[in-house]
Amino acid sequence: MTAAPLLRADKVVKKFGHTTVLKSVSLEIERGEVVVLIGPSGAGKSTFLRTLNQLEDIDGGAIYIGGELAGYELHGDHVVHLHEKEVTRQRRRLGMVFQQFNLFPHMTALQNISHAPINVKGVKPADARATAMRLLERVGLGDHADHYPSELSGGQQQRVAIARALAMEPDILLFDEPTSALDPELVDDVLKVMRELSTQGQTMIIVTHEMGFARDVADRVVFMTEGEIREVGTPDQIFLGSTNERLRAFLGSVGIAA
Amino acid sequence: MTMTQATIDVAGARRRQRPGQWIATVVVLIFAALLVWTFATNPTVEWPVIGKYLIFPAILQGLWTTIWLTVASMVAGIAGGIVLATARMSNSRLVKAAADVYVWFFRGTPTLVQLIFWYNIAIFLPQVDIGIPGQTPWISMSTNALINPLMAAFLGLALNEAAYMCEVVRGGLLSVPPGQAEAAQSLGLSARKTFLQVILPQAMRAIVPPTGNQVIMMLKGTSLVSVMAVTDLFYSAQGIYVTNGKVIPLLIVASIWYLIITSLLYVLQSRTEKRFGRGLVRRKVGRAAKPIGAIALQPTPDFEGTTK
Repeated sequence: MTAAPLLRADKVVKKFGHTTVLKSVSLEIERGEVVVLIGPSGAGKSTFLRTLNQLEDIDGGAIYIGGELAGYELHGDHVVHLHEKEVTRQRRRLGMVFQQFNLFPHMTALQNISHAPINVKGVKPADARATAMRLLERVGLGDHADHYPSELSGGQQQRVAIARALAMEPDILLFDEPTSALDPELVDDVLKVMRELSTQGQTMIIVTHEMGFARDVADRVVFMTEGEIREVGTPDQIFLGSTNERLRAFLGSVGIAA
Repeated sequence: MTMTQATIDVAGARRRQRPGQWIATVVVLIFAALLVWTFATNPTVEWPVIGKYLIFPAILQGLWTTIWLTVASMVAGIAGGIVLATARMSNSRLVKAAADVYVWFFRGTPTLVQLIFWYNIAIFLPQVDIGIPGQTPWISMSTNALINPLMAAFLGLALNEAAYMCEVVRGGLLSVPPGQAEAAQSLGLSARKTFLQVILPQAMRAIVPPTGNQVIMMLKGTSLVSVMAVTDLFYSAQGIYVTNGKVIPLLIVASIWYLIITSLLYVLQSRTEKRFGRGLVRRKVGRAAKPIGAIALQPTPDFEGTTK
Protein backbone atom coordinates (compact mmCIF):
# COMPACT_ATOMS: atom_id res chain seq x y z
CA MET A 1 0.00 0.00 0.00
CA THR A 2 3.02 2.28 -0.19
CA ALA A 3 1.81 3.73 -3.46
CA ALA A 4 -1.47 4.91 -1.95
CA PRO A 5 -1.77 8.64 -1.25
CA LEU A 6 -1.93 9.67 2.39
CA LEU A 7 -5.54 10.63 1.95
CA ARG A 8 -7.97 10.04 -0.87
CA ALA A 9 -11.51 11.29 -1.20
CA ASP A 10 -13.29 9.50 -4.01
CA LYS A 11 -16.56 10.98 -5.32
CA VAL A 12 -17.71 11.95 -1.82
CA VAL A 13 -21.38 12.88 -1.53
CA LYS A 14 -22.93 14.53 1.51
CA LYS A 15 -26.55 15.53 2.00
CA PHE A 16 -28.26 17.46 4.74
CA GLY A 17 -31.91 16.50 4.35
CA HIS A 18 -32.78 17.25 0.73
CA THR A 19 -29.82 19.57 0.17
CA THR A 20 -26.74 18.01 -1.39
CA VAL A 21 -23.81 19.93 0.04
CA LEU A 22 -21.06 17.79 -1.49
CA LYS A 23 -21.61 16.57 -5.04
CA SER A 24 -19.01 13.95 -5.87
CA VAL A 25 -15.89 15.57 -4.43
CA SER A 26 -12.59 13.83 -5.24
CA LEU A 27 -9.18 14.86 -3.96
CA GLU A 28 -5.86 13.19 -3.20
CA ILE A 29 -3.34 14.43 -0.67
CA GLU A 30 0.28 13.32 -0.64
CA ARG A 31 2.50 13.27 2.43
CA GLY A 32 4.03 16.67 3.19
CA GLU A 33 1.56 18.55 1.03
CA VAL A 34 -0.18 21.74 2.09
CA VAL A 35 -3.56 22.05 0.40
CA VAL A 36 -5.70 25.13 0.88
CA LEU A 37 -9.44 25.05 0.18
CA ILE A 38 -10.96 28.34 -0.88
CA GLY A 39 -14.40 29.34 -2.07
CA PRO A 40 -17.48 31.31 -1.09
CA SER A 41 -19.26 30.44 2.15
CA GLY A 42 -21.72 27.61 1.67
CA ALA A 43 -19.43 25.97 -0.88
CA GLY A 44 -19.07 22.86 1.33
CA LYS A 45 -15.41 23.41 2.30
CA SER A 46 -15.92 22.93 6.03
CA THR A 47 -18.32 20.04 5.50
CA PHE A 48 -15.74 18.33 3.28
CA LEU A 49 -13.09 18.76 5.97
CA ARG A 50 -15.45 17.33 8.58
CA THR A 51 -16.22 14.27 6.46
CA LEU A 52 -12.48 13.52 6.25
CA ASN A 53 -12.35 13.33 10.04
CA GLN A 54 -15.63 11.37 10.17
CA LEU A 55 -17.35 14.08 12.14
CA GLU A 56 -19.98 13.83 9.40
CA ASP A 57 -21.16 10.59 7.81
CA ILE A 58 -20.99 10.57 4.03
CA ASP A 59 -23.87 9.56 1.79
CA GLY A 60 -21.83 8.34 -1.16
CA GLY A 61 -18.34 7.73 -2.48
CA ALA A 62 -15.51 6.76 -0.16
CA ILE A 63 -12.61 8.17 1.82
CA TYR A 64 -9.29 6.34 2.22
CA ILE A 65 -6.73 7.19 4.88
CA GLY A 66 -3.34 5.73 4.01
CA GLY A 67 -5.10 3.33 1.65
CA GLU A 68 -7.52 2.17 4.38
CA LEU A 69 -11.25 2.68 3.84
CA ALA A 70 -12.47 5.21 6.41
CA GLY A 71 -15.52 4.49 8.53
CA TYR A 72 -16.58 1.31 6.76
CA GLU A 73 -15.35 -2.18 6.02
CA LEU A 74 -16.11 -4.78 3.42
CA HIS A 75 -18.17 -7.79 4.44
CA GLY A 76 -18.20 -9.96 1.35
CA ASP A 77 -19.58 -7.70 -1.34
CA HIS A 78 -21.32 -5.12 0.86
CA VAL A 79 -19.95 -2.37 3.09
CA VAL A 80 -20.89 -2.01 6.77
CA HIS A 81 -20.13 0.70 9.30
CA LEU A 82 -16.88 0.19 11.16
CA HIS A 83 -16.84 -0.51 14.90
CA GLU A 84 -16.61 2.69 16.95
CA LYS A 85 -13.20 1.63 18.27
CA GLU A 86 -11.82 1.41 14.74
CA VAL A 87 -13.30 4.78 13.82
CA THR A 88 -11.57 6.27 16.86
CA ARG A 89 -8.29 4.70 15.76
CA GLN A 90 -8.65 6.13 12.25
CA ARG A 91 -9.47 9.58 13.58
CA ARG A 92 -6.17 9.63 15.42
CA ARG A 93 -4.35 9.89 12.10
CA LEU A 94 -6.00 13.26 11.52
CA GLY A 95 -5.82 16.25 13.82
CA MET A 96 -8.40 18.98 13.66
CA VAL A 97 -8.25 22.68 14.47
CA PHE A 98 -11.66 24.33 14.73
CA GLN A 99 -12.86 27.82 13.98
CA GLN A 100 -14.15 28.16 17.57
CA PHE A 101 -11.00 26.54 19.07
CA ASN A 102 -13.10 24.14 21.19
CA LEU A 103 -10.52 23.97 23.93
CA PHE A 104 -11.70 22.12 27.03
CA PRO A 105 -12.59 24.98 29.39
CA HIS A 106 -12.14 22.95 32.57
CA MET A 107 -8.50 22.13 31.78
CA THR A 108 -5.45 24.37 31.72
CA ALA A 109 -3.56 24.94 28.46
CA LEU A 110 -1.09 22.22 29.43
CA GLN A 111 -3.83 19.77 30.40
CA ASN A 112 -5.66 20.44 27.14
CA ILE A 113 -2.56 19.36 25.24
CA SER A 114 -1.48 16.41 27.40
CA HIS A 115 -4.95 14.94 27.97
CA ALA A 116 -5.30 12.93 24.76
CA PRO A 117 -1.72 11.58 24.71
CA ILE A 118 -2.25 10.30 28.28
CA ASN A 119 -5.78 9.00 27.83
CA VAL A 120 -5.65 7.76 24.25
CA LYS A 121 -2.06 6.75 23.64
CA GLY A 122 -1.21 5.82 27.22
CA VAL A 123 1.81 8.12 27.34
CA LYS A 124 3.23 8.52 30.89
CA PRO A 125 1.80 11.74 32.40
CA ALA A 126 5.25 13.17 33.10
CA ASP A 127 6.35 12.55 29.50
CA ALA A 128 3.10 13.92 28.11
CA ARG A 129 3.49 17.08 30.16
CA ALA A 130 7.07 17.53 28.98
CA THR A 131 5.95 17.15 25.36
CA ALA A 132 3.05 19.53 25.95
CA MET A 133 5.44 22.08 27.41
CA ARG A 134 7.70 21.81 24.34
CA LEU A 135 4.69 22.28 22.07
CA LEU A 136 3.51 25.30 24.04
CA GLU A 137 6.94 26.85 23.63
CA ARG A 138 6.82 26.06 19.93
CA VAL A 139 3.59 28.06 19.57
CA GLY A 140 5.03 30.84 21.71
CA LEU A 141 2.99 30.22 24.85
CA GLY A 142 5.51 28.59 27.16
CA ASP A 143 4.62 30.96 29.98
CA HIS A 144 0.86 30.29 29.71
CA ALA A 145 0.88 26.57 30.60
CA ASP A 146 -1.25 26.96 33.72
CA HIS A 147 -3.78 29.35 32.22
CA TYR A 148 -7.33 28.20 31.60
CA PRO A 149 -8.75 28.94 28.14
CA SER A 150 -10.98 31.66 29.58
CA GLU A 151 -7.81 33.46 30.62
CA LEU A 152 -6.34 33.42 27.10
CA SER A 153 -7.05 35.60 24.10
CA GLY A 154 -8.60 34.04 21.00
CA GLY A 155 -5.25 33.93 19.22
CA GLN A 156 -3.63 32.26 22.21
CA GLN A 157 -6.48 29.77 22.49
CA GLN A 158 -6.12 28.86 18.83
CA ARG A 159 -2.39 28.33 19.21
CA VAL A 160 -3.05 26.04 22.19
CA ALA A 161 -5.59 24.20 20.02
CA ILE A 162 -2.93 23.70 17.34
CA ALA A 163 -0.50 22.40 19.96
CA ARG A 164 -3.22 20.08 21.24
CA ALA A 165 -3.75 18.63 17.78
CA LEU A 166 0.02 18.29 17.21
CA ALA A 167 0.47 16.40 20.50
CA MET A 168 -1.27 13.38 18.94
CA GLU A 169 1.29 13.42 16.10
CA PRO A 170 -1.34 13.16 13.38
CA ASP A 171 -0.38 12.35 9.79
CA ILE A 172 -2.58 15.19 8.59
CA LEU A 173 -3.71 18.39 10.27
CA LEU A 174 -7.09 19.78 9.24
CA PHE A 175 -7.76 23.48 9.79
CA ASP A 176 -11.36 24.66 9.62
CA GLU A 177 -11.20 28.45 9.17
CA PRO A 178 -8.72 28.75 12.05
CA THR A 179 -8.54 32.55 12.00
CA SER A 180 -12.14 33.47 11.18
CA ALA A 181 -13.18 33.95 14.81
CA LEU A 182 -10.15 36.05 15.70
CA ASP A 183 -9.70 39.78 16.10
CA PRO A 184 -7.63 41.03 13.14
CA GLU A 185 -4.55 41.83 15.23
CA LEU A 186 -4.43 38.25 16.54
CA VAL A 187 -4.59 36.53 13.14
CA ASP A 188 -0.89 36.85 12.32
CA ASP A 189 0.31 34.95 15.41
CA VAL A 190 -1.79 31.97 14.39
CA LEU A 191 -0.77 32.14 10.72
CA LYS A 192 2.87 32.34 11.77
CA VAL A 193 2.56 29.05 13.65
CA MET A 194 0.86 27.42 10.66
CA ARG A 195 3.53 28.74 8.32
CA GLU A 196 6.23 27.17 10.48
CA LEU A 197 4.41 23.85 10.43
CA SER A 198 4.27 23.93 6.64
CA THR A 199 8.02 24.44 6.38
CA GLN A 200 8.56 21.50 8.75
CA GLY A 201 6.82 19.16 6.33
CA GLN A 202 3.53 18.77 8.19
CA THR A 203 0.75 17.61 5.87
CA MET A 204 -2.09 20.10 6.15
CA ILE A 205 -5.50 20.75 4.65
CA ILE A 206 -6.62 24.27 5.37
CA VAL A 207 -9.96 25.98 4.83
CA THR A 208 -9.34 29.70 5.00
CA HIS A 209 -10.35 33.11 3.74
CA GLU A 210 -6.80 34.44 4.18
CA MET A 211 -5.84 34.59 0.50
CA GLY A 212 -2.38 36.06 1.05
CA PHE A 213 -1.57 33.23 3.42
CA ALA A 214 -2.98 30.69 0.94
CA ARG A 215 -0.68 32.01 -1.79
CA ASP A 216 2.34 31.80 0.49
CA VAL A 217 2.00 28.35 2.01
CA ALA A 218 -0.10 26.27 -0.36
CA ASP A 219 1.41 23.61 -2.58
CA ARG A 220 -1.99 23.33 -4.17
CA VAL A 221 -5.07 25.51 -3.96
CA VAL A 222 -8.49 23.96 -4.38
CA PHE A 223 -11.41 26.16 -5.40
CA MET A 224 -14.80 24.87 -4.29
CA THR A 225 -18.25 26.24 -4.94
CA GLU A 226 -21.75 24.81 -4.66
CA GLY A 227 -20.46 21.50 -3.30
CA GLU A 228 -18.03 20.84 -6.12
CA ILE A 229 -14.32 21.24 -6.77
CA ARG A 230 -14.09 23.59 -9.75
CA GLU A 231 -10.38 24.23 -10.02
CA VAL A 232 -7.17 22.78 -8.59
CA GLY A 233 -3.74 24.23 -9.13
CA THR A 234 -0.63 25.90 -7.80
CA PRO A 235 -1.21 29.25 -6.10
CA ASP A 236 0.01 31.04 -9.24
CA GLN A 237 -2.31 29.07 -11.49
CA ILE A 238 -5.29 29.79 -9.24
CA PHE A 239 -4.61 33.38 -8.27
CA LEU A 240 -3.06 34.64 -11.49
CA GLY A 241 -3.68 32.41 -14.45
CA SER A 242 -7.17 31.00 -14.18
CA THR A 243 -9.80 31.60 -16.81
CA ASN A 244 -12.57 30.02 -14.72
CA GLU A 245 -15.36 32.60 -14.54
CA ARG A 246 -16.60 31.60 -11.08
CA LEU A 247 -13.10 31.60 -9.64
CA ARG A 248 -12.40 35.03 -11.09
CA ALA A 249 -15.68 36.31 -9.69
CA PHE A 250 -14.87 34.86 -6.27
CA LEU A 251 -11.36 36.32 -6.25
CA GLY A 252 -12.81 39.67 -7.29
CA SER A 253 -15.29 39.51 -4.41
CA VAL A 254 -12.47 39.04 -1.88
CA GLY A 255 -10.50 41.90 -3.37
CA ILE A 256 -8.01 40.08 -5.55
CA ALA A 257 -8.06 41.40 -9.10
CA ALA A 258 -7.35 38.39 -11.30
CA MET B 1 -30.10 77.13 30.01
CA THR B 2 -26.45 77.78 30.46
CA MET B 3 -24.73 77.13 33.72
CA THR B 4 -21.53 78.47 35.06
CA GLN B 5 -19.45 75.36 35.12
CA ALA B 6 -17.84 74.97 38.49
CA THR B 7 -15.75 71.81 38.57
CA ILE B 8 -18.04 69.04 39.70
CA ASP B 9 -16.82 65.86 41.34
CA VAL B 10 -19.40 63.11 41.93
CA ALA B 11 -17.08 61.18 44.21
CA GLY B 12 -18.92 62.31 47.34
CA ALA B 13 -22.43 61.80 45.93
CA ARG B 14 -25.14 60.77 48.41
CA ARG B 15 -27.79 58.17 47.87
CA ARG B 16 -31.15 59.57 46.80
CA GLN B 17 -33.84 59.10 49.47
CA ARG B 18 -36.64 56.76 48.38
CA PRO B 19 -39.87 56.93 50.42
CA GLY B 20 -40.99 53.46 49.25
CA GLN B 21 -37.92 51.92 50.79
CA TRP B 22 -38.69 53.55 54.12
CA ILE B 23 -42.23 52.20 54.14
CA ALA B 24 -40.99 48.68 53.25
CA THR B 25 -38.43 48.80 56.06
CA VAL B 26 -41.04 49.79 58.61
CA VAL B 27 -43.47 47.07 57.44
CA VAL B 28 -40.79 44.38 57.61
CA LEU B 29 -39.68 45.47 61.08
CA ILE B 30 -43.26 45.45 62.38
CA PHE B 31 -43.84 41.93 61.07
CA ALA B 32 -40.53 40.70 62.48
CA ALA B 33 -41.37 42.17 65.87
CA LEU B 34 -44.83 40.58 65.83
CA LEU B 35 -43.35 37.21 64.94
CA VAL B 36 -40.76 37.33 67.71
CA TRP B 37 -43.36 38.52 70.19
CA THR B 38 -45.75 35.70 69.26
CA PHE B 39 -43.10 33.03 69.73
CA ALA B 40 -41.70 34.58 72.89
CA THR B 41 -45.05 34.91 74.64
CA ASN B 42 -46.96 31.92 73.27
CA PRO B 43 -47.36 29.44 76.16
CA THR B 44 -47.39 26.40 73.83
CA VAL B 45 -43.84 26.97 72.60
CA GLU B 46 -42.17 25.77 75.83
CA TRP B 47 -38.48 26.40 75.12
CA PRO B 48 -37.20 24.05 77.88
CA VAL B 49 -39.17 21.19 76.29
CA ILE B 50 -37.63 22.00 72.91
CA GLY B 51 -34.17 22.00 74.48
CA LYS B 52 -34.79 18.63 76.07
CA TYR B 53 -36.12 16.90 72.94
CA LEU B 54 -33.61 18.44 70.52
CA ILE B 55 -31.04 15.87 71.69
CA PHE B 56 -33.47 13.16 72.84
CA PRO B 57 -32.16 9.69 71.76
CA ALA B 58 -35.31 8.81 69.77
CA ILE B 59 -35.08 12.12 67.88
CA LEU B 60 -31.39 11.63 67.11
CA GLN B 61 -32.08 8.11 65.93
CA GLY B 62 -34.84 9.42 63.68
CA LEU B 63 -32.51 12.12 62.43
CA TRP B 64 -29.94 9.47 61.53
CA THR B 65 -32.54 7.50 59.55
CA THR B 66 -33.58 10.67 57.75
CA ILE B 67 -29.97 11.47 56.82
CA TRP B 68 -29.00 8.09 55.47
CA LEU B 69 -32.32 7.60 53.69
CA THR B 70 -31.73 10.95 52.00
CA VAL B 71 -28.17 10.05 51.04
CA ALA B 72 -29.01 6.53 49.81
CA SER B 73 -32.06 7.64 47.81
CA MET B 74 -30.19 10.58 46.35
CA VAL B 75 -27.14 8.53 45.30
CA ALA B 76 -29.38 5.92 43.67
CA GLY B 77 -31.53 8.67 42.15
CA ILE B 78 -28.53 10.44 40.61
CA ALA B 79 -27.13 7.19 39.20
CA GLY B 80 -30.55 6.35 37.77
CA GLY B 81 -30.89 9.89 36.45
CA ILE B 82 -27.61 9.67 34.54
CA VAL B 83 -28.65 6.35 32.98
CA LEU B 84 -32.08 7.74 32.06
CA ALA B 85 -30.62 10.96 30.66
CA THR B 86 -28.22 9.11 28.37
CA ALA B 87 -31.10 6.82 27.39
CA ARG B 88 -33.30 9.81 26.56
CA MET B 89 -30.54 11.19 24.34
CA SER B 90 -29.90 7.80 22.73
CA ASN B 91 -30.13 7.18 19.01
CA SER B 92 -32.23 4.08 19.61
CA ARG B 93 -35.89 5.03 19.48
CA LEU B 94 -36.93 2.14 21.71
CA VAL B 95 -34.43 3.02 24.44
CA LYS B 96 -35.47 6.66 24.25
CA ALA B 97 -39.16 5.76 24.41
CA ALA B 98 -38.59 3.52 27.45
CA ALA B 99 -36.85 6.35 29.30
CA ASP B 100 -39.59 8.78 28.26
CA VAL B 101 -42.29 6.50 29.64
CA TYR B 102 -40.37 6.07 32.89
CA VAL B 103 -40.04 9.82 33.42
CA TRP B 104 -43.65 10.38 32.38
CA PHE B 105 -44.91 7.83 34.89
CA PHE B 106 -42.78 8.70 37.91
CA ARG B 107 -43.17 12.44 37.51
CA GLY B 108 -46.86 12.11 36.78
CA THR B 109 -47.93 10.24 39.93
CA PRO B 110 -47.66 11.57 43.50
CA THR B 111 -44.65 10.44 45.49
CA LEU B 112 -46.92 9.52 48.38
CA VAL B 113 -48.92 7.17 46.16
CA GLN B 114 -45.69 5.58 44.88
CA LEU B 115 -44.41 5.10 48.43
CA ILE B 116 -47.62 3.44 49.57
CA PHE B 117 -47.57 1.23 46.48
CA TRP B 118 -44.07 -0.03 47.35
CA TYR B 119 -45.18 -0.48 50.95
CA ASN B 120 -47.98 -2.73 49.70
CA ILE B 121 -46.01 -4.42 46.94
CA ALA B 122 -46.54 -7.82 48.58
CA ILE B 123 -50.26 -7.62 47.72
CA PHE B 124 -49.34 -7.12 44.06
CA LEU B 125 -46.44 -9.60 43.93
CA PRO B 126 -46.53 -11.95 46.93
CA GLN B 127 -43.44 -13.82 45.80
CA VAL B 128 -40.26 -12.96 43.91
CA ASP B 129 -39.00 -15.77 41.68
CA ILE B 130 -35.74 -15.81 39.80
CA GLY B 131 -35.57 -18.29 36.93
CA ILE B 132 -37.25 -19.12 33.65
CA PRO B 133 -41.02 -18.39 33.62
CA GLY B 134 -43.05 -21.60 33.66
CA GLN B 135 -40.19 -23.64 35.12
CA THR B 136 -39.35 -24.28 38.75
CA PRO B 137 -37.59 -21.07 39.87
CA TRP B 138 -33.96 -21.22 41.01
CA ILE B 139 -34.55 -18.79 43.84
CA SER B 140 -37.92 -18.02 45.38
CA MET B 141 -38.50 -15.49 48.14
CA SER B 142 -41.44 -13.97 49.89
CA THR B 143 -41.71 -10.32 48.90
CA ASN B 144 -42.27 -9.26 52.50
CA ALA B 145 -38.92 -10.74 53.48
CA LEU B 146 -37.24 -8.86 50.63
CA ILE B 147 -38.95 -5.49 50.94
CA ASN B 148 -39.40 -4.22 54.47
CA PRO B 149 -40.87 -0.74 55.04
CA LEU B 150 -37.40 0.84 54.99
CA MET B 151 -36.59 -0.83 51.67
CA ALA B 152 -39.95 0.27 50.30
CA ALA B 153 -39.21 3.83 51.39
CA PHE B 154 -35.80 3.73 49.69
CA LEU B 155 -37.22 2.23 46.48
CA GLY B 156 -40.07 4.71 46.32
CA LEU B 157 -37.90 7.75 46.91
CA ALA B 158 -35.00 6.63 44.65
CA LEU B 159 -37.13 5.62 41.67
CA ASN B 160 -39.06 8.86 41.90
CA GLU B 161 -35.87 10.87 42.24
CA ALA B 162 -34.30 9.23 39.18
CA ALA B 163 -37.08 10.68 37.02
CA TYR B 164 -36.36 14.22 38.24
CA MET B 165 -32.58 13.82 38.11
CA CYS B 166 -32.90 12.58 34.53
CA GLU B 167 -34.15 16.00 33.50
CA VAL B 168 -31.52 17.80 35.57
CA VAL B 169 -28.70 15.74 34.03
CA ARG B 170 -30.10 16.05 30.52
CA GLY B 171 -30.30 19.82 30.86
CA GLY B 172 -26.68 19.86 31.99
CA LEU B 173 -25.50 17.70 29.11
CA LEU B 174 -27.33 19.86 26.58
CA SER B 175 -25.63 22.96 28.00
CA VAL B 176 -22.22 21.75 26.73
CA PRO B 177 -21.55 23.02 23.17
CA PRO B 178 -21.36 20.23 20.54
CA GLY B 179 -17.88 21.43 19.54
CA GLN B 180 -16.54 19.95 22.77
CA ALA B 181 -17.51 16.40 21.81
CA GLU B 182 -16.17 16.98 18.29
CA ALA B 183 -12.83 18.19 19.62
CA ALA B 184 -12.59 15.18 21.93
CA GLN B 185 -13.49 12.76 19.14
CA SER B 186 -11.04 14.29 16.71
CA LEU B 187 -8.31 13.73 19.30
CA GLY B 188 -9.23 10.06 19.31
CA LEU B 189 -11.01 9.88 22.65
CA SER B 190 -13.52 7.05 22.83
CA ALA B 191 -17.22 7.83 23.31
CA ARG B 192 -16.97 6.78 26.96
CA LYS B 193 -13.93 8.96 27.70
CA THR B 194 -15.44 11.86 25.77
CA PHE B 195 -18.50 11.65 28.00
CA LEU B 196 -16.71 11.12 31.32
CA GLN B 197 -13.69 13.38 30.85
CA VAL B 198 -14.95 16.18 28.63
CA ILE B 199 -18.74 16.46 28.61
CA LEU B 200 -19.73 15.48 32.16
CA PRO B 201 -17.25 17.73 34.02
CA GLN B 202 -18.59 20.72 32.09
CA ALA B 203 -22.20 19.63 32.44
CA MET B 204 -21.70 19.41 36.21
CA ARG B 205 -21.64 23.17 36.36
CA ALA B 206 -25.24 23.26 35.20
CA ILE B 207 -26.17 20.10 37.09
CA VAL B 208 -24.99 20.99 40.61
CA PRO B 209 -27.33 23.89 41.51
CA PRO B 210 -30.60 22.09 40.65
CA THR B 211 -29.22 18.91 42.26
CA GLY B 212 -28.71 20.89 45.46
CA ASN B 213 -32.39 21.76 45.24
CA GLN B 214 -33.25 18.10 44.73
CA VAL B 215 -31.24 17.05 47.80
CA ILE B 216 -33.07 19.56 49.96
CA MET B 217 -36.42 18.44 48.56
CA MET B 218 -35.40 14.84 49.22
CA LEU B 219 -34.40 15.60 52.80
CA LYS B 220 -37.81 17.07 53.48
CA GLY B 221 -39.52 14.51 51.26
CA THR B 222 -38.30 11.71 53.50
CA SER B 223 -40.86 12.91 56.05
CA LEU B 224 -43.46 11.28 53.77
CA VAL B 225 -42.17 7.86 54.84
CA SER B 226 -43.66 8.45 58.29
CA VAL B 227 -46.94 7.15 56.79
CA MET B 228 -45.19 3.79 56.38
CA ALA B 229 -44.12 3.70 60.04
CA VAL B 230 -40.47 4.22 59.11
CA THR B 231 -38.93 5.93 62.14
CA ASP B 232 -37.44 8.98 60.46
CA LEU B 233 -37.03 12.34 62.20
CA PHE B 234 -40.62 13.40 61.66
CA TYR B 235 -42.11 10.04 62.67
CA SER B 236 -40.05 10.07 65.87
CA ALA B 237 -41.25 13.57 66.72
CA GLN B 238 -44.83 12.49 65.99
CA GLY B 239 -44.44 9.42 68.18
CA ILE B 240 -43.42 11.62 71.11
CA TYR B 241 -46.09 14.29 70.78
CA VAL B 242 -48.82 11.69 70.36
CA THR B 243 -48.01 10.40 73.86
CA ASN B 244 -47.13 13.62 75.71
CA GLY B 245 -49.22 16.17 73.80
CA LYS B 246 -46.33 18.61 73.24
CA VAL B 247 -47.21 19.07 69.58
CA ILE B 248 -45.76 22.52 68.93
CA PRO B 249 -42.42 22.02 70.75
CA LEU B 250 -41.77 18.77 68.88
CA LEU B 251 -42.68 20.24 65.51
CA ILE B 252 -40.19 23.00 66.30
CA VAL B 253 -37.58 20.39 67.27
CA ALA B 254 -38.02 18.63 63.91
CA SER B 255 -37.92 21.96 62.04
CA ILE B 256 -34.71 23.02 63.77
CA TRP B 257 -33.01 19.79 62.69
CA TYR B 258 -34.28 20.10 59.12
CA LEU B 259 -33.01 23.70 59.03
CA ILE B 260 -29.60 22.73 60.40
CA ILE B 261 -29.13 20.07 57.72
CA THR B 262 -30.38 22.23 54.86
CA SER B 263 -27.93 24.94 55.98
CA LEU B 264 -25.07 22.43 55.93
CA LEU B 265 -26.20 21.26 52.50
CA TYR B 266 -26.14 24.84 51.31
CA VAL B 267 -22.48 25.18 52.30
CA LEU B 268 -21.68 21.86 50.62
CA GLN B 269 -23.43 23.01 47.45
CA SER B 270 -21.48 26.25 47.13
CA ARG B 271 -18.24 24.33 47.60
CA THR B 272 -19.20 21.83 44.92
CA GLU B 273 -20.15 24.66 42.59
CA LYS B 274 -16.73 26.22 43.06
CA ARG B 275 -15.07 22.90 42.34
CA PHE B 276 -16.82 22.49 39.01
CA GLY B 277 -16.54 26.16 38.12
CA ARG B 278 -12.80 25.63 37.66
CA GLY B 279 -11.64 27.38 34.51
CA LEU B 280 -15.16 28.65 33.89
CA VAL B 281 -15.13 31.25 36.61
CA ARG B 282 -12.20 33.61 36.55
CA ARG B 283 -9.78 33.01 39.36
CA LYS B 284 -9.44 35.63 42.04
CA VAL B 285 -6.85 38.26 41.27
CA GLY B 286 -7.00 40.38 44.35
CA ARG B 287 -10.69 41.10 43.80
CA ALA B 288 -13.75 38.88 43.72
CA ALA B 289 -14.07 36.16 41.07
CA LYS B 290 -16.01 37.24 38.04
CA PRO B 291 -18.06 35.11 35.69
CA ILE B 292 -16.29 34.72 32.38
CA GLY B 293 -19.08 35.86 30.08
CA ALA B 294 -17.82 39.38 29.62
CA ILE B 295 -14.14 38.56 29.45
CA ALA B 296 -14.09 35.31 27.51
CA LEU B 297 -12.19 36.51 24.47
CA GLN B 298 -10.34 39.44 25.98
CA PRO B 299 -6.59 39.40 26.18
CA THR B 300 -5.55 39.30 29.80
CA PRO B 301 -2.30 41.21 30.17
CA ASP B 302 -3.28 42.09 33.73
CA PHE B 303 -3.25 38.41 34.48
CA GLU B 304 0.34 37.53 33.93
CA GLY B 305 2.38 37.00 37.02
CA THR B 306 -0.47 37.72 39.40
CA THR B 307 -1.28 34.10 40.04
CA LYS B 308 2.27 33.03 40.66
